[in-house]
Amino acid sequence: MAIDSKVVAQVAHLARLKVDQADSDALSSRLNDILAMVDQLQQADVTDVAPMAHPLDVTQPLRDDKVSEPDIRDKALEIAPAAEDGCFLVPRVIE
Amino acid sequence: MSWEVVIGLEIHVQLNTASKLFSGSKLSTGAEPNTQASLVDLGMPGTLPVVNREAVRKAALFGLAINADICRHSVFERKNYFYPDLPKGYQTTQLDKPVVGAGEVEISLENGAKKTVRIHHAHLEEDAGKSLHEDFHGMTGIDLNRAGTPLIEVVTEPDMSNAEEAVAFARKLHAIVTSIGICDGDMSQGNMRFDVNVSIRKPGDPLGTRTETKNLNSFRFMERAIKLEVERQIDVLEDGGSIVQETRLYNGDTHTARSMRSKEDANDYRYFPCPDLLPVEITDADLDALKAAMPELPDTRKSRFLADYQLSEYDADLLSGDLATAVFFEAATKAGGDAKLAANWVMGELAAKLNAEEKSIANSPVTAEQLGQLIARLKDGTISSKIAKQVFEACWAGEGDPDTVIEAKGLKQMSDSGELEKIVDDIIANNGPQVEDYRSSDDAKKKKKIGFFVGQAMKVTQGKANPQQLNQLLKEKLG
Repeated sequence: MAIDSKVVAQVAHLARLKVDQADSDALSSRLNDILAMVDQLQQADVTDVAPMAHPLDVTQPLRDDKVSEPDIRDKALEIAPAAEDGCFLVPRVIE
Repeated sequence: MSWEVVIGLEIHVQLNTASKLFSGSKLSTGAEPNTQASLVDLGMPGTLPVVNREAVRKAALFGLAINADICRHSVFERKNYFYPDLPKGYQTTQLDKPVVGAGEVEISLENGAKKTVRIHHAHLEEDAGKSLHEDFHGMTGIDLNRAGTPLIEVVTEPDMSNAEEAVAFARKLHAIVTSIGICDGDMSQGNMRFDVNVSIRKPGDPLGTRTETKNLNSFRFMERAIKLEVERQIDVLEDGGSIVQETRLYNGDTHTARSMRSKEDANDYRYFPCPDLLPVEITDADLDALKAAMPELPDTRKSRFLADYQLSEYDADLLSGDLATAVFFEAATKAGGDAKLAANWVMGELAAKLNAEEKSIANSPVTAEQLGQLIARLKDGTISSKIAKQVFEACWAGEGDPDTVIEAKGLKQMSDSGELEKIVDDIIANNGPQVEDYRSSDDAKKKKKIGFFVGQAMKVTQGKANPQQLNQLLKEKLG
């Protein structure tokens, strides 16, 4: 798959990044380089290799179902750009 | 030519753990906004999730309850999208390796037929927070108490072909998750939320384009939303139009639905395995322990009700289908000593009253023990069934146990035959013409006409006369 400036614009939109047209071409070229590396990886013979979800060969430690976290609302709201009635405030979103 | 309807469901089931899926924040409803949101739930940099063992256990228990394959090394993934009530910018969920693989659920239909609905899989995931659009003068308020709440999302195959089947499945799933104790099942609190995928086609054709109606939180709304969507799709296609794949929102108050967003460009979630979480292992020993601890499932309970209480198929279905109802029924039967009477009262008087006041059976003002006592008094002849209703109303109103009410209101059935005999004699003496009319009637008419005297006696005794005894006395005296 080749990355052009249209794909760059779409990926940037999904990540909510603002990318200038000037940067777009350079980004396309670098992203294509990365994909070329991935293509090279794809050529490796992995017939007998089990897929893995994580590079470490260990499993997830689990936590007991206990309440351990205190109420930190006041501190959290303090660093929010806007808050009211115990809620964080954001520009109106409605679907 | 008729259309064939194809329905698949996605159900979010909220697990009733004490703490969240990835943090030790408290899980409870009704708390002040954001008082149950820790650094992990707020998506603060530098924090790491740690998986709640109980959530994994409950998800696997569900898998066993529907005869599913349990994934021994399930994997969490990130589903990336931006929304203010999702502070991390991704939802931690599962995709390729969910805890619960393919399984199946059998449903009973109204005509008595059985149908198997296949479960594609069920995965563990976290809930998002809540966006509050009112009361913030043009802004949106964000409450993250719900963020990180453990859910399992159950995804069915498109195996249902009408709204009734979908509702039967939803009820069965509700019965299963409440019976095995993994979900409180309170629909009004969003403990279970249904997304409905609907498409239509001509028999033999490939599947049609489907729409998804999201977040239905009652069986009734689900049924109505499906019927509405099927009608809409038929109208569109018969007018020569085509169905657009989209998400729709149903409004139960107005019984209307509208398109929420077109799915084409919205669905690019760029899933990838969450690097913060390792595969979750479920061992043979874990599965053995779960199997040993498996509570009674609805189907088993139904068989037991049929065998132990000699209930009809219909009664057993209704009483075993909901855990709270089943528990109530069994406690009332134990206290009252009569399963058939308990069944009639639970499904009759009690259900009607709960329904009218929109109360759940778990919060019934009349307890199972009180209903049992009432039934015991009916059985031993202390009160008649007519008086029993009066006693029930008084218990409902909080006037105490049946025995207290019967005592306080003097509702004991008159079983002293001497006293009743005197009343009957008086009535006969005071109603000469009716007595004459009765005596000159044939047997068939007598049966009807005796009602007058019964009515008089009940009036005098305020309904406390023992009906059998009264009838007997009247027949003897009237001849």
